[in-house]
Amino acid sequence: MEKTKINITDEVAIHISDMNKWFGNFHVLRDINLEVRRGERIVVCGPSGSGKSTLIRCINRLEEHQKGSIIVDGTELTTDLKNIDKIRSEVGMVFQHFNLFPHLTTLENCTLAPMWVRETPEKEATEIAMEMLEKVKIPEQAHKYPGQLSGGQQQRVAIARSLCMKPRIMLFDEVTSALDPEMIKEVLDTMIQLAEEGMTMICVTHEMGFARQVADRVIFMDDGQIVEQNEPEEFFKKPKSDRTKLFLSQILGH
Amino acid sequence: MMTKIAFVRKKEIPPSAPPITEVGLIGWLRQNLFSSWLNSILTVLSVYFIVVILWDFIPWAYGGHWNTKSLRECLDLDPDVACFSVLTARWKQLLFGLYPAEEYWRPTLTFMFLLLAIVPILFPRFFRFFWFSIIYPGLAVWLLWGGSFWSISIVYIGLTLGALFFLSLIRRYLKNYMVAAILAFLFTAVFFLFISNPLVGLLNVILPISLPFVESLKMGGFTLSLIVGVTGIVASFPIGILLALGRQSNLPVIKMICVGFIEFIRGVPLITLLFVASVLLNYFLPPGTNFDIVLRVVIMVTLFSAAYMAEVIRGGLAGLPLGQHEASASLGLTYWQSQRLIIMPQALKISIPGIVNTFIGLFKDTTLVSIISLRDPVGLASTIRADQKWNGIYWELYVAIGLMFFIFCWGMSQYSQYLERKLKTDK
Repeated sequence: MEKTKINITDEVAIHISDMNKWFGNFHVLRDINLEVRRGERIVVCGPSGSGKSTLIRCINRLEEHQKGSIIVDGTELTTDLKNIDKIRSEVGMVFQHFNLFPHLTTLENCTLAPMWVRETPEKEATEIAMEMLEKVKIPEQAHKYPGQLSGGQQQRVAIARSLCMKPRIMLFDEVTSALDPEMIKEVLDTMIQLAEEGMTMICVTHEMGFARQVADRVIFMDDGQIVEQNEPEEFFKKPKSDRTKLFLSQILGH
Repeated sequence: MMTKIAFVRKKEIPPSAPPITEVGLIGWLRQNLFSSWLNSILTVLSVYFIVVILWDFIPWAYGGHWNTKSLRECLDLDPDVACFSVLTARWKQLLFGLYPAEEYWRPTLTFMFLLLAIVPILFPRFFRFFWFSIIYPGLAVWLLWGGSFWSISIVYIGLTLGALFFLSLIRRYLKNYMVAAILAFLFTAVFFLFISNPLVGLLNVILPISLPFVESLKMGGFTLSLIVGVTGIVASFPIGILLALGRQSNLPVIKMICVGFIEFIRGVPLITLLFVASVLLNYFLPPGTNFDIVLRVVIMVTLFSAAYMAEVIRGGLAGLPLGQHEASASLGLTYWQSQRLIIMPQALKISIPGIVNTFIGLFKDTTLVSIISLRDPVGLASTIRADQKWNGIYWELYVAIGLMFFIFCWGMSQYSQYLERKLKTDK
């Protein structure tokens, strides 16, 4: 399939400079510099413990960085709670374990944040939610509870839930890692569809097929550092660093 | 010989009914009562014991006397059956304590209103009647203790005015909730300090509505158990939630206060607290302060069960995956929004058995007030037995009191099971 090269603008969506983070004494992210432009689709990969999830969790302040700066949509992440809540409402996030709210129906999961954070009237929020559920192709599950859905369906609801906030940036944290093989495709298809619509996306994933198909840039991380980044063609065909080569041989080898 | 490993199914196997020994009555008996030798023996033994107990109990209870004048008379008639006459003679006291007989309608009405007031809380379907649940506490206090209708209503009027003041401030002038809350608090304080008393006086002149005053020491029997129990339950629940949240707080001062409070209260027996309430508290308060004994007891019981409640709810909070906090944060919900909409509904649902357990414990612990000579049913039982006519009676009184408590506690337990079934969303 031909990759759609659309609307990457010069506008900066995320600007990270010299960012460092420690967990106690453990230096988990080291001098991270990254600029993401609006419309760009980035895949972050790397061995486990390399800090890739922590990196994207810093972008919406689920983790706090200790040095350097992160500017999202022109707003710098500081300890100011107002800024944090504002950025979080602009940045959607999808998790490995879905994290749907089990006590609410699919529809309520989707309408909750728009109604309480954006103060959207219920009727309008419901319309948006149904539209998003249709987009991820499960409008018929709207009145079921998450516990009644399959893993793939739950993950698609989680994507719809984020989309209902009309985010300008989406973060995906290993969203297919907890899924059975036959359900991975339906979630990836949804993400591909989003990518084609021009959503700014950062995806932590090991799905190299997905990376080839939609990413504008692949970033390889190891030991808390960005080791290599390149366009996917180049990245997969001619990796420059030995660590990248080793990693790729391990995940593509069999 | 080589095994053939290739196999292709040619014919589908349709699903069929299970064998007869696995379904229906026989299946149920086999599974539940006679699943193994040990189980079968236990079943037979249990049935034997139940029969033995009922064999004695049923004739004892069924043949019981209801209309004798004293225990002596009962024993003369037939010493082998129950003497329920003590209940016939003293049931009013067991229900109302020393409450004046001509005013019995007041606790009775209060109790019936209580049943109405809890309906909107227990069943969301009737939530539109929630206003009654809000009015009820004031109504109950007025009905039970009496006095001027206006001195109770003024509390509601003051609080409503304060709330309206707060809301209108926020709507029109201020976006800062903190400042608005402080101003509204000052407004309410001024109202209660300077305006409420003259206003009550005025209203009493214009439209005097009042009931004869009944002092707290006259409260007794199940009326007292319900006053202490219900108030304790209603008040300890929100305090428990706040304490549980405080204990998990990132703010060290709040955390320390909550941990200190919980650990202190849990480390002290309730009886000690009740003694503090009944005896010691008066030494610390300025002389002449009339701090109602029932109110003191209610406060102690509330604080006591709030500490337990906090720990039960903390258990529920700990049972929630971290992902729930992260998901609600990532959607931009504020701390209080996410607590209210995401975290608490789930944590409370997990803690339902523990919460109801604490409620039931609290309700039964109200009998401890007999130690500080308040006349709850257990305290009254001693009083009744001190009467020469009923001296020596045990079973009948305590069976009746036990039965009353059982009805309330069993009701709570049944409701909690209903709630658990209703809130089950995974199947």
